[in-house]
Amino acid sequence: MIGAAILLRPVAQSAAPNLACAHCGAPLPEGATERFCCAGCASANAIISAAGLGSFYERLERSRGHRPELLDTDFVVHARMVGTAEAELDLLLDGLDCAACVWLIESLLARNRNVRHARVNLSTRRLSLRWRGTVQDANAYAGLVAALGFRLAPYRIVAANAQDDRATRELLRCMAVAGFAAANVMLLSVAIWSGSDGSMGDATRTLFHWLSAAIALPAIVYAGQPFFRSAFNALKAGHTNMDVPISIGVILASVISLHETTVGQSHAYFDSAITLLFFLLFGRYLDRRARGRARQAVSNLLALSGGTARVLGPDGTTVSRRADQLCVGDVLVVAAGDRLAADGGVIEGSSALDAALVNGESVPVAVEPGSKVFAGMINVGAPIRVRVSAVGERTLLSEIIRLVEAGERGRARFVALADRVARSYAPIVHATALLTFLGWYFLGGVPWDRALLIATSVLIITCPCALALAVPVVHVVASSRLLRAGVLVLRPTALERLASVDHVVLDKTGTVTIGRPELVGGSEDADALRVAAGIAASSRHPLAQALVRASPAVAVAEGTVEHPGGGLQHGNVRLGSARFCSIESSPDDGRSELWLTRPDCRPVRFTFSDRLRRDAVDVVHELTADGLEVELLSGDRRGAVQRVAAIIGVRWQAELSPAGKAQSVADLRNSGKRVLMIGDGLNDAPSLASASASMSPATAVEATQNVADAVFQGVSLMPVVEALRVARRADRLARQNLAIALLYNLVAVPLAIFGYVTPLIAALAMSCSSLLVIGNALRLGTFRQPKSTAETR
Amino acid sequence: MDSLFVLIPAALALGLCGLAAFLWALRNGQFDDPDGSAGRILFDDE
Repeated sequence: MIGAAILLRPVAQSAAPNLACAHCGAPLPEGATERFCCAGCASANAIISAAGLGSFYERLERSRGHRPELLDTDFVVHARMVGTAEAELDLLLDGLDCAACVWLIESLLARNRNVRHARVNLSTRRLSLRWRGTVQDANAYAGLVAALGFRLAPYRIVAANAQDDRATRELLRCMAVAGFAAANVMLLSVAIWSGSDGSMGDATRTLFHWLSAAIALPAIVYAGQPFFRSAFNALKAGHTNMDVPISIGVILASVISLHETTVGQSHAYFDSAITLLFFLLFGRYLDRRARGRARQAVSNLLALSGGTARVLGPDGTTVSRRADQLCVGDVLVVAAGDRLAADGGVIEGSSALDAALVNGESVPVAVEPGSKVFAGMINVGAPIRVRVSAVGERTLLSEIIRLVEAGERGRARFVALADRVARSYAPIVHATALLTFLGWYFLGGVPWDRALLIATSVLIITCPCALALAVPVVHVVASSRLLRAGVLVLRPTALERLASVDHVVLDKTGTVTIGRPELVGGSEDADALRVAAGIAASSRHPLAQALVRASPAVAVAEGTVEHPGGGLQHGNVRLGSARFCSIESSPDDGRSELWLTRPDCRPVRFTFSDRLRRDAVDVVHELTADGLEVELLSGDRRGAVQRVAAIIGVRWQAELSPAGKAQSVADLRNSGKRVLMIGDGLNDAPSLASASASMSPATAVEATQNVADAVFQGVSLMPVVEALRVARRADRLARQNLAIALLYNLVAVPLAIFGYVTPLIAALAMSCSSLLVIGNALRLGTFRQPKSTAETR
Repeated sequence: MDSLFVLIPAALALGLCGLAAFLWALRNGQFDDPDGSAGRILFDDE
């Protein structure tokens, strides 16, 4: 259920059950007569009860239903026909907490006789749906699921993802084959070992060896492929990695064991070779799964934030089109709350756009006909019409992606610790084995096959089993620990790079601050706030949403009318801009505002501003205490940056362009610092790429998250501290593990060189060192968390 | 000794059956959703 924990939204817990909404569990206002907090929850409950699926509520484990939100994506464009009479749609679901949700969705859809197939995958949160009819029905089915309180997004199967799945399956198949072979060969080997005192005749032993060969060799050829391929590619590119000694060891052990078997001798290492492969495949599978799950969670978050664009047709109607199918010259209708899907110019309407994710500015920019706007900006004012001026390659986004690529080329030079060790370790091992062979053949005067056997036993005993497990096991334990703390580690070498960081660069908007407006003034009038929040609950406008967050336990005021660009009206109560509420003298303090006017009451002004993350000051303090330098780089105006920098107490630079930020980071690196960059905006992407290590909050835009080494979730900044500490600790443990593995080699290698190693000793030594390394790595799971992290989650 | 000629093939055959079953399950997508499958069996199909 780790996947569910990631996307699980905090649900308000109620003390008295009769005061909670029967569907979503949100606390009901006092004296409420209804069982539900809003019409959405009531209709969700009605749908569920009408279908006779009321036991859903009892089956929920520890969560409640979710408050339904309006469906704003057009799914018709994402559905596709299968044959002539059936259509298919893949959806990504948010709000899936446990198997009860799966059961509810599947059962409900199965009640519809036109639905041929409805299946929810809880791990990937994907709903596959096939129905009799046309693609036009897509929104009806999607709407049904959305009405239950699940958020939906089109599920896009990214090519890279599909390839990842294939690779994971291949590993699993190899592991199964290796496991089968290892178990059976080991059975035979145990018989051989216990008969080594002479109770087993030579003929029987040879028979057992032949049987072992028959099982192990095909298995090695099949299950060794991931290693052989990687080793071959490394050698072809002119360097070595961990897979080179593994491949050479396994292949040589197989060949020499086969030779031993044909001449009827006792030293056959089939068991060691195949068990080694099995262990390594297991470690590799765990590693891939841990990272795959993190990547999946991120791509799910991204899919939910993306949507479709509404394009104005020649006849004045609007059609939905996917963002990647827009053309230059299309006219987009951008409603309040929508995110722009392409760069363009405003041709009609005036509004304010939130550009925080594009350039880091915290105050929305006013736009009017003629203004240039960019993909990723969010319309927080009135609806506008935008003529698309650039798509694909020529957008601001693509420009930033080019900067990112330039930054990443610098980072690609980083070589993982394990590979660094392998580069110096492999030649020594192979030289030792070669010298052993030459020594026994020329000085010891033994036949070539005896000498080769002893040399091979050197290779097997030094087989980097422990060495190859030393780092990956630590990484798996560290990644899964961070996953629980809300940090998704996305790149294989991220932890190692995080561990070496000595300088932290923070972005302001969305990183140190929450990046969305929060109510800062007007909340002292509790009555007014309750009325305003009730009205605001039916709007998706960011300011309205902020009001609702400030007063969550308020029932939705039914019958509220939204006047786009103005505000909301409920009877003769108005909530909106100063003009909409007929307020003449509005104080100009640069803050976003909403006015509430009621008959016979003084108008109330609510003000909003971006707020610091609650633990931002603590985080800076902790980072400094850990010996890190902290700095603030922002694209926002000087005043705003200075204010924040003064509160958290760090050095700062303001009004930086994306390239300027990246340059500052590159300068720091050139002066010998190892920089961790934390940012969320498009403008941060280039600097994230040019830093030594990078993190993004989960609210960041897609391009930025794709660059980051790790993504952290939630409203707290403390996961950054946790990530750095776990990374440092993991680095120490990985080095300890390498030391253990090398120490073991120092003891075992002389034994092997002098020919004392039998297959039994080799198998024992290998297992013991592997267990030791794994045990050491598991210590990472037990060390104390920073206290504040535990509290803020 | 003679028993080996029966028991070893029998053991291998059983092992191969297990392997075949695993590979079949893998191909059939039974390892695609470990979280969901764990909970699904608890609910009646009804």
